[in-house]
Amino acid sequence: MSRTRSKIGWALAGVVIVAYTLLPVAWIVSLSFKQGDDINNKKFLPTHWSLDNYRTVFDTNLFTSALRNSIGISLIATTVSVVLATFAAYAIARLQFRGKRLVLTTALAIAMFPTVALVGPLFDMWRSLGIYDTWLGLIIPYLSFTLPLSIWVLSAFFREIPWEMEQAAQVDGATPWQAFRKVIVPLAAPGVFTAAIITFFFAWNDFVFGISLTATNRARPVPAALAFFTGESFFQQPTAAISAAAVIVTIPVIVIVLIFQRQIVAGLTSGAVKG
Amino acid sequence: MATVTAQPEAGEGGRGARARSRAHLSERARDEQRLGWYLVAPAVIGMLAVTAYPLGRAVYLSLYNYRLTDPAAKEFVGLRNYGVVLTDSLWWQTVFTTVFITVVTVLVELVIGFAFAMVMYRIVFGRRTVRTAILIPYGIITVVAAYAWQYAFALDSGFVNEWFNLGDKAWFSNRWSALTVIILAEVWKTTPFISLLLLAGLVQVPEELQEAAKVDGATAWQRLWRVTVPNMKAAIMVALLFRTLDAYRIFDTIFIMTGGAEKTESVSFLTYRQTIVRTELGLGSAVSVLLFLSVVLIAVGFIKAFRVDLSRVRGD
Repeated sequence: MSRTRSKIGWALAGVVIVAYTLLPVAWIVSLSFKQGDDINNKKFLPTHWSLDNYRTVFDTNLFTSALRNSIGISLIATTVSVVLATFAAYAIARLQFRGKRLVLTTALAIAMFPTVALVGPLFDMWRSLGIYDTWLGLIIPYLSFTLPLSIWVLSAFFREIPWEMEQAAQVDGATPWQAFRKVIVPLAAPGVFTAAIITFFFAWNDFVFGISLTATNRARPVPAALAFFTGESFFQQPTAAISAAAVIVTIPVIVIVLIFQRQIVAGLTSGAVKG
Repeated sequence: MATVTAQPEAGEGGRGARARSRAHLSERARDEQRLGWYLVAPAVIGMLAVTAYPLGRAVYLSLYNYRLTDPAAKEFVGLRNYGVVLTDSLWWQTVFTTVFITVVTVLVELVIGFAFAMVMYRIVFGRRTVRTAILIPYGIITVVAAYAWQYAFALDSGFVNEWFNLGDKAWFSNRWSALTVIILAEVWKTTPFISLLLLAGLVQVPEELQEAAKVDGATAWQRLWRVTVPNMKAAIMVALLFRTLDAYRIFDTIFIMTGGAEKTESVSFLTYRQTIVRTELGLGSAVSVLLFLSVVLIAVGFIKAFRVDLSRVRGD
């Protein structure tokens, strides 16, 4: 009896958590459907639901180019970061070489680095190198700051892989390529995926580099563009338009979270979970 | 964003080679060493390119009076920029604001995060749903979260004043109420991260210890403080360290909500304003270096004071 009661108690606590996580999201969604006087009606929900804000946002070059920049820059940074991190993590997990600890310590130190402390010199350097306000100018810092996370996540995963299975498969008659593709790749893929998701979230979320190292629509990513919405006068109601844009860029996050929930949790806590 | 993961085990690869003859070992070991370096080199270069060199450059620029709009007037001034910053009350005000936000945010989310971790650990019905939902604030763009909270409290569009009958309370025109909303938004966004780390620590606490304490007649409260918390100390300390450093860097939320008005400016925001907005690269670099040093100070202080052993997170 008391077992069931406590189960229900924990489930109710779970409902509180879900409400906590969803309330602000529901609010910005609701705001994005408001129009005209509704925006300032001081109510949670609109009295009249409208898609106007979405139309406005998609008609705005400021937003569509920012969306294109964000998607392109984040995907490229993620891919390169994960590939480089995979090499490094493989070496750290499987090979014996001097300086391994140093690599890991460096990664940890960079993960703790205050990014804003670098924007001044980078601003100056990027201008003299001619990559200020370009995709490359953002991809490089994203790469540097996501590599530590990717390396740590991936080496934790690679450490758990039973590498002997590769030889076992070869003994059983598989070619080296088959052994790699059929045995190692499926074992390593979840780790690579996890690193990719965490890296993508970092790049997608970045604001500091986004506003400091861009000046125009050429490279400005969405978070930075959102901050400039208010300054533009061609929006009658920046509040609702910003909300609509905010909802659009939140959709990919929610889709990724829904599909890869297990991997993300494992990645954020890997190592701590094992023990 | 900070992530804590296991420190990979050092020195597994050499084990097989060790069994073989000495001559073979050194040759093999040398090959292995070289391959190891080749494989980590691109990542190490990638990490250092945008950190080590610019940091060195910031130190160099901080010794000059240098404004980007007037490069001809660049002049060596030694440590004078540091003197200017450290004797300015604005600097100390931003340090105070940042420390205040950091301490309150981290303490509040440690408590809420622990409660959330407990729920995620014990819950049976809806376990998956809760674990998925909790990732939403973690994944959402900080700027988006800041707008959502700002609009909720805003005088014109907000529903909070209406819901709680606060009339026309202008949250953002007073330092402390503005900081309250900033802290709320930060706590909302980052509690999931800390709760997942604490959950990971929680599952490490042996269930037998709980049972044994129960048999000995310990109350639930005693079990929490005498069994659970001491056994997950490493996880708590690492979560605290990472979140403290992360909270100390606060920038996005302040930029969106107040733009630093009403004395809500953080050290990161001051750095941005000096270097990018005012293009005072000399003075701004001095602020950058001080920001960097304070982060180092916090990290070292934490590791020394609480003896946080980062390699222990992996539990070996």
